[in-house]
Amino acid sequence: MAEIFQLRDPLLARRFRELLWRWAPNRPVRIVHVCGTHEITIAQHGLRSLLPENVEVLEGPGCPVCVTSTQDLDCALRIAEKGAILCTFGDMTRVPGSRMTLEEARAEGADVRVVLSAADAVEIALRNPQKPVVFFAVGFETTAPGTAAVLANRPPENFFVLVSHKLIPPALGALLSTPPVSIDAFLAPGHVSTVIGAGAYREISEKFRVPIVVAGFEPLDILYALSLALRQLREGRAEVENAYPRAVTEEGNLRAKELFREVFQVGPAIWRGIGEIPDSGFYLREEFAKHDAKREFGVEGKMGEEKPPGCRCAEVLMAKAFPTDCPLYGKVCTPMTPVGPCMVGSEGACNIWYRYSGRPRL
Amino acid sequence: MKRLTEEKITHLHGAGGAVMEKLLLEHILPKFSLRRAGPIGLDELDDGAVVDLPPGKLVVTTDSHVVKPLFFPGGDIGKLAVTGTVNDLVVMGARPLALTLALVVEEGFPIADLEQILASAASVLSELGVPLVTGDTKVMGKGELDGLVINTTGIGIAENPVSDGGLRVGDYLVVTGPVGDHGMAILAARNELPVETPIQSDVAPLWPALERALTTGGITAMKDPTRGGLAAALNEMARKSRVGIEVWEEKIPVRPEVQGLCELLGFSPYELACEGRAVIGVAPEKLEEVLAALRAHPLTAEAQVIGQAIPEYPGKVILRTAVGGRRFLEMPIGDPVPRIC
Repeated sequence: MAEIFQLRDPLLARRFRELLWRWAPNRPVRIVHVCGTHEITIAQHGLRSLLPENVEVLEGPGCPVCVTSTQDLDCALRIAEKGAILCTFGDMTRVPGSRMTLEEARAEGADVRVVLSAADAVEIALRNPQKPVVFFAVGFETTAPGTAAVLANRPPENFFVLVSHKLIPPALGALLSTPPVSIDAFLAPGHVSTVIGAGAYREISEKFRVPIVVAGFEPLDILYALSLALRQLREGRAEVENAYPRAVTEEGNLRAKELFREVFQVGPAIWRGIGEIPDSGFYLREEFAKHDAKREFGVEGKMGEEKPPGCRCAEVLMAKAFPTDCPLYGKVCTPMTPVGPCMVGSEGACNIWYRYSGRPRL
Repeated sequence: MKRLTEEKITHLHGAGGAVMEKLLLEHILPKFSLRRAGPIGLDELDDGAVVDLPPGKLVVTTDSHVVKPLFFPGGDIGKLAVTGTVNDLVVMGARPLALTLALVVEEGFPIADLEQILASAASVLSELGVPLVTGDTKVMGKGELDGLVINTTGIGIAENPVSDGGLRVGDYLVVTGPVGDHGMAILAARNELPVETPIQSDVAPLWPALERALTTGGITAMKDPTRGGLAAALNEMARKSRVGIEVWEEKIPVRPEVQGLCELLGFSPYELACEGRAVIGVAPEKLEEVLAALRAHPLTAEAQVIGQAIPEYPGKVILRTAVGGRRFLEMPIGDPVPRIC
């Protein structure tokens, strides 16, 4: 605990603030992070108020629940309605599919259970050998190793996975290749980077000439990472820098990456609000097809997105709008009555803004 | 062999007959040492109490208590039910004069537990010198409620009542001790924490500690940060007083074990309930006097100035964070921990 409080040292924070102001270029700058936990730290500690006026920080597609496609959700709903025990993470049960949420399906009699990990879902499968148990596997490279590990460990026959894991680096590439692009630099997510390593961003950084700085989760971690990004912009550099070396290495977690190769193959995936991004999703390899829920239950979601009228989650997820730019934000759309996915997920930008500040730039 | 009616509550205990009278006379009334505040009190078992009123303004408050579990580290529902109402009177600037207590008990509730709960309610009142003047007992069927509900109503006398909307620009905000203990203790008692913790509820009556501070005349607004914690209390004070409030994170007292668990669980300690704290608005010229009065009593010895009322952003609370950032401290959406008081 004491270590954490050191990373909130007021004097060091003041020195970082000076660096941020010194290094910020003399033009509007947009820095995008893709991590709900980064947004929580930024909002909770009021970090935006420490930045120069011309520097904006936005959350892009950093909330795994928010970017899960209606298509995948509809598959989960159909599987639950077919009598399987459907296990998934808590927030996922509240996100609207095209017809309803998983929570509503549960109210109508479906067996939908909240778990904290893929291993918990395997436990449920072992305790219910007569019933199919499906783990709706969402999340980025952070939760994917858990899914891969249970599959590699010979789960029971009645255990299936509906894989909806998504990969961060291709999403960064997609944000940079969907005009109009107004992203000057990225903060790369610390948790994802512990798995894939800082090296995973080099290709994108070089291809798009964009600074990418791996950032941790304490206030000083973020201020440090922002200052490195601003320094790169001022000096006209575009590199990958690691501002979270106490947890992130160049190569990442080799064992986890090996598990990925063993269990998954990479293919195109639909991101809610963004659309299809090539090579941004995990699919089960043929050897694990017998645990593939889509195959077992014969479900394929229908293409196309249902978008609530007026909702600007798509632009929020593309880092083209702040939550407060949305006409629904805080009025009809609140954490109690969420309209769009960014208000449902506790890592969604709208949800975090509502809980921590409403208007974070004070 | 003991009869069922001597060990567990049955519907007969709430039926108004001989069984109920026996329960009242043998198990309930004797717990309370002070039973009247005028000619007719608890002993008379009349339809109401008659209270002699001293000069001043009469303050009335009522609260129903539904805490789960009924026994928790640092207290139980009995202590909480009495303390909660006493503290509501105190933060209105009133000296507690008398309380009533109404029990709604589930059939099958152990009488020994009920006795223990009432004994702890009674010990709070006798320490304060406040009588219990009337009460009521009802029994509901098994499964119709969860164990026990206690309602308490209190009356008090205030020479100068204090509202939660009396802040003026420039007033300081003082909190009388570390925040969040009660909410975290309840969570721990429900075995909902990933670790064991020694955190105890802060439930305690505030009258002895605040009596002197009230006589300074420097208190402009006051609130007890129960449900919704410090964040809800400050927002309500700002809204009703039509001023902004700026609070300074590094000044807000939070026990390290509460802070640590909040980090782990993703809670804000400012949204967790307290049951033995007050948030006080103090006129600047009286600040030293009020602080000295508070710090002289062990319950409020850790009193801290945590912020100030400001002319900007009326109705809003601004938190200056430890790293120097500024953000709004919003009204909590719901309580992170339901059924806490």
